[in-house]
Amino acid sequence: MIYESSGLAIAIFLVFVGFTLGLSFWLGRRAKSAEGYFAAHGQIPWFVNGVAFAGDYLSAASFLGICGMIAFYGYDGFLYSIGYLAGWIVALFVVAEPMKQLGKFTFADALDARFQSPGIRLAAGISTLVVSVFYLIPQMVGAGALVTPLLGFDQWVGVVMVGTVVILIVVTAGMVSTTWVQFLKGALLVVFSAVLTWMILDRGLKVADGGADGHRFAELRILAGDFADNDGTLGPLTDVRILPPSDGWEKAKERFVRLESGGTTSVWLARRTSNEETADWILHEAQTMTKTADGKRLVNGRPKGVKKGEPELHPVGYVQSLPGDIRETGPLTAVGFLRTLQDSTVVLWRSEKLVHGDGSETTVYYPKPTPGGEVLRPGEHPTFRGIRSEKFTDKLNFLSLMLALFCGTASLPHILIRYYTVKDAASARRSTIVGIASIGVFYVLTLYLGLGAMTSGELDVSDENMSAPLLAKGMNTWLFAAISAIAFTTVLGTVSGLILAAAGAVTHDLLGSVFRVKMNDSEKVRMAKISSVCVGAAAIALGILFQKMNPTFLVGWAFSVAASANLPSLVMILFWPRVTRQGIVAAISVGMVSSMAWILLSGEAYSRVYGLDAALAIVPFSQPGILTIPLGFITLVAVSLLSPAPKSS
Amino acid sequence: MNIKASRSGLTLFFVYLAFYAGFVGLNAFAPERMETVLLSGVNAAVLYGFALIFGAVLLSAVYGFLRSNTNETGD
Repeated sequence: MIYESSGLAIAIFLVFVGFTLGLSFWLGRRAKSAEGYFAAHGQIPWFVNGVAFAGDYLSAASFLGICGMIAFYGYDGFLYSIGYLAGWIVALFVVAEPMKQLGKFTFADALDARFQSPGIRLAAGISTLVVSVFYLIPQMVGAGALVTPLLGFDQWVGVVMVGTVVILIVVTAGMVSTTWVQFLKGALLVVFSAVLTWMILDRGLKVADGGADGHRFAELRILAGDFADNDGTLGPLTDVRILPPSDGWEKAKERFVRLESGGTTSVWLARRTSNEETADWILHEAQTMTKTADGKRLVNGRPKGVKKGEPELHPVGYVQSLPGDIRETGPLTAVGFLRTLQDSTVVLWRSEKLVHGDGSETTVYYPKPTPGGEVLRPGEHPTFRGIRSEKFTDKLNFLSLMLALFCGTASLPHILIRYYTVKDAASARRSTIVGIASIGVFYVLTLYLGLGAMTSGELDVSDENMSAPLLAKGMNTWLFAAISAIAFTTVLGTVSGLILAAAGAVTHDLLGSVFRVKMNDSEKVRMAKISSVCVGAAAIALGILFQKMNPTFLVGWAFSVAASANLPSLVMILFWPRVTRQGIVAAISVGMVSSMAWILLSGEAYSRVYGLDAALAIVPFSQPGILTIPLGFITLVAVSLLSPAPKSS
Repeated sequence: MNIKASRSGLTLFFVYLAFYAGFVGLNAFAPERMETVLLSGVNAAVLYGFALIFGAVLLSAVYGFLRSNTNETGD
């Protein structure tokens, strides 16, 4: 699709960013000590901290990724919502209060409270850095993807912009300004999502045969003989030639038919009609995006346009039929929307990539009419294919992902440091409850936002991450501008928290405790600011390097590594007095290395990172959690038992 | 230092864990059950998903209530 920057969107965006930076500078005057810089003096009100939890946690992956996945595949994106929220139960019931009582600035404080061991600091510091950086990459990639349509810049410009703004926020006031940015963003995200959901329900569902640009996708009914007579033309349409399937087209998994007429070529998906006896065919109009060997882009065979009215992919996402053969429902209730969709047929779009002899690549986008019952059931997205697969390893992959989501939240360093910004354990508990309520409401809304986008006629068939902003654009420009700006601050909020967690690990854990660098309070703050700039610069570089990667995939990676490296030690130090220093160091190291190694050797990494065949992968399934989380626990227990018991036990 | 999570917290944690494990298990081993249309024309997958989200909010509120009323200190 062609994205034209809107003056209004840019104005609202600049107001948001300007306000956020102004707030940062203003609050920054009050945060001169390390206590203020890392933990906001422990004086953040618990309610504000709770909403800031939501602001911290609801990252670009949550907002853009989940809505996009639901809009393109239905229910499966909601599985992420459920898993991400369930993880908060571990955070609240097991980790929150002890973390607050044991620690000061970083989660290494809590692990190390009993032992005062540089080894634990080193392992926990490195694990914090690794998890934060892997979580940072998708946020930066998401920021770049967002700025392109909003402001019309290249993706790398977006990444540099986010990096620079975040570094400014973090350097000016550390945790104080970060918390308030996250509070603002968390509150706005929930409120605007609720407004959008209300508008989706008010609009109801409507039958259409194309997207919002008015293009109607054609269907041709073809007799079986028209294909079989083999004279190269399409039955009675003698001026339409069927091009032979060659130059990569013969390898397509779906049956695509290329028709040439009057010098233009169109691509169609051929499907048999349900009437088996006549064995007739229906040709569904498809869309293509070709990337030529010299980097040019062609849309449906013509050079991609740069402004409206020129060749572009048509927007998609529409209802083919509603129950009772009505054309339009009018306003619906929250339950009525789901019930109506359950009995409707929605046209989803799928894609297949073909490589040609001259090195060019064509992605074919084709319609897939899908009954509502399938849209609202799990197991349609490739990540969740384990649900419908007979293969045991596919099932294990699904179980492993859901386990990592459950265990990962309470192990994320940037979430854990938020327990130190409130004054006591009761405030930590209360703010977690507020966080769960805000995040829970948002995740319920994601299902409506995703399904609303799916039926909005506004979807960019080539970019599922843009579904939520485009849904808002279809409602009105103001809303689009506001949602885009909120999505941008979403990235700012999460990235600020991550950079702060990483800077804390470098300054407080690695330099201060492991390498015993003597620093007074103001030197500590200065060192943290220098670390923030370095981590921010690294994040900018990685964000540009990994700009083609899927953010959700990378976030899943960060959850698995966090859960495998950090959770065993966090839990066992609370419940098992026999834990030793050696056990903790071994558990963090083994959990981190094994989960990362598993991911790097998995089919997903082979196909998405190295561009190799996933079948060549060494490990049998992609998600490591189901093996590496227990491995972390076993390592901790075994090494603790083999090492001398701590004096206190 | 001897700091533990509270007993009420752990009880609620295991209640929720069982609820979540049931959801994941049903999805993995009996996905067709999730397609069953139950209440008001909405299927089991959506209802169970909503129940898990609202359940988390409800249990966290119960926990907050228990802790503030009993002055539980972490036994």
